[in-house]
Amino acid sequence: MRRMNHFFQAIGHRMINGIWHLGAGGRLFFYVALYLLESIKRPRLIIKEVFATGVLSLLIVIVSAFFVGMVLGLQGYNTLQKYGSSEAIGVLVALSLVRELGPVVTALLFAGRAGTAITAEIGLMRATEQLSAMEMMAVSPIGRVLAPRFWAGTISMPILAVLFSMIGILGGYFVAVPVIGVDSGAFWSQMQANVDFQEDIINGVIKSVVFGVVCTMIALFEGYDAPPTAEGVSRATTRTVVYSSLAVLGLDFVLTSFMINV
Amino acid sequence: MADNLVEINNLSFGYKNRLLHKGINMVFPRGKVVAIMGGSGSGKTTLLRLIGGQLVPTKGEVLVDGEIVHQQSREKLYQIRRKMGMLFQFGALFTDLSVYENVAFPLREHTNLPESMIRDFVMLKLNAVGLRGAYHLMPAELSGGMARRVALARAVALDPSIIMYDEPFAGLDPISMGVVCNLIRSLNDALGATSIVVTHDVHETFLFADYIYFVSEGVVVAEGTPDQLKKSKMPFVHQFVHGEMDGPVPFHYPAGDYRQEMLRVPAL
Repeated sequence: MRRMNHFFQAIGHRMINGIWHLGAGGRLFFYVALYLLESIKRPRLIIKEVFATGVLSLLIVIVSAFFVGMVLGLQGYNTLQKYGSSEAIGVLVALSLVRELGPVVTALLFAGRAGTAITAEIGLMRATEQLSAMEMMAVSPIGRVLAPRFWAGTISMPILAVLFSMIGILGGYFVAVPVIGVDSGAFWSQMQANVDFQEDIINGVIKSVVFGVVCTMIALFEGYDAPPTAEGVSRATTRTVVYSSLAVLGLDFVLTSFMINV
Repeated sequence: MADNLVEINNLSFGYKNRLLHKGINMVFPRGKVVAIMGGSGSGKTTLLRLIGGQLVPTKGEVLVDGEIVHQQSREKLYQIRRKMGMLFQFGALFTDLSVYENVAFPLREHTNLPESMIRDFVMLKLNAVGLRGAYHLMPAELSGGMARRVALARAVALDPSIIMYDEPFAGLDPISMGVVCNLIRSLNDALGATSIVVTHDVHETFLFADYIYFVSEGVVVAEGTPDQLKKSKMPFVHQFVHGEMDGPVPFHYPAGDYRQEMLRVPAL
């Protein structure tokens, strides 16, 4: 009986904790939103953060995109040639990347590369009393530290996702045309004819903007809420990756279901 | 203009079920250096946070320049804080900014001064703490004492009327300790400020403080000038000033009978 009680207590505790975190995250998002306009008046702070989150994520995004594109080229050709339509490989690579893999894989890479950095930095700033010092200097840490990083994440993500798709297509082209020998004209023309700007590219960009907002906000909240200890910061960093990945994959399904008319 | 720049009246504060302060009364007169002393965990740093409005008291009030801190709006609270400078225990320097940028930070945030004037102010403050030559270094390149001095230069960048020091001597070598000790007194007198120093370093504090409060178990147990306290026969003050192991402040954390504890067979 006692074990049962403990079991239900643990479930209740976890649920209350989860709801509390959701509320605290929502409240922080509201405060960040209050400072967004003020923050945009200081573009130098945002540019500095765009460099830290976006530019420094370029290498991992470019390399990953090229490999993902090459794998898509190989797998696509392997399947399409069975049906005698290997020229459609350009369409397959482009649509897979622009609609899904570009925004989703970029968001996952962003969470691992930039999200963890944001969480660890803010968590350590809290642990070393830098945020308290800012408060005591009558400077809001939300306006000075969190809001520029929010802008940076939201701006960087769609640019990185578009770059991911472009490099991925080049990777697919590299495998399909020079290596396998698919006709270059067919590769590009089929892609041009079947990829729609509004339905495919813009929808992909919308997804990446949403992922940018969500991933950055999770990273900011986890850092800001982290207990000021080494263990607290390390756990917060882990949570950033886990929650961001789950949120991206879950939201991808929701957004796709709205975008595709079945 | 009131004689006391900061007043703490009947202040109580606690976390959850634990009451840290139980009806504390203190006054901090203008132009004076006042020290708050007490053992670790006696809530000295919390008192600074209550004065700075980072925490809200359970009961009582903190007045800064005649205004109750915790009843102010955020904007008004920030206005009050602009009159304050705080030196954190380990400096709390912004690690992504150089020494120069750290000291320039409050000036950039709160003034529209041209870069040439900011530079002059920063160099003036860094010179006052003896670190003008270190303006280009990053916080990671500084020793503990240097970081504390840079943080002090940053705390006084806007010429505050209240300077709060949280354990300014913790972990410093004797030379740095002496330097910081002199700086606290000289900066206070040069700026005409009021200084509140939270510390448990008896020797240094007795050299520069005008008035001292001893805090223990949530209440002020003794107060007076350094001379008065040196002569005090109060058991707590005697134990604290002479660093005695046992006295009113016990060495052992409350525990059960030692003999029983040792004889107990632990359940496997």
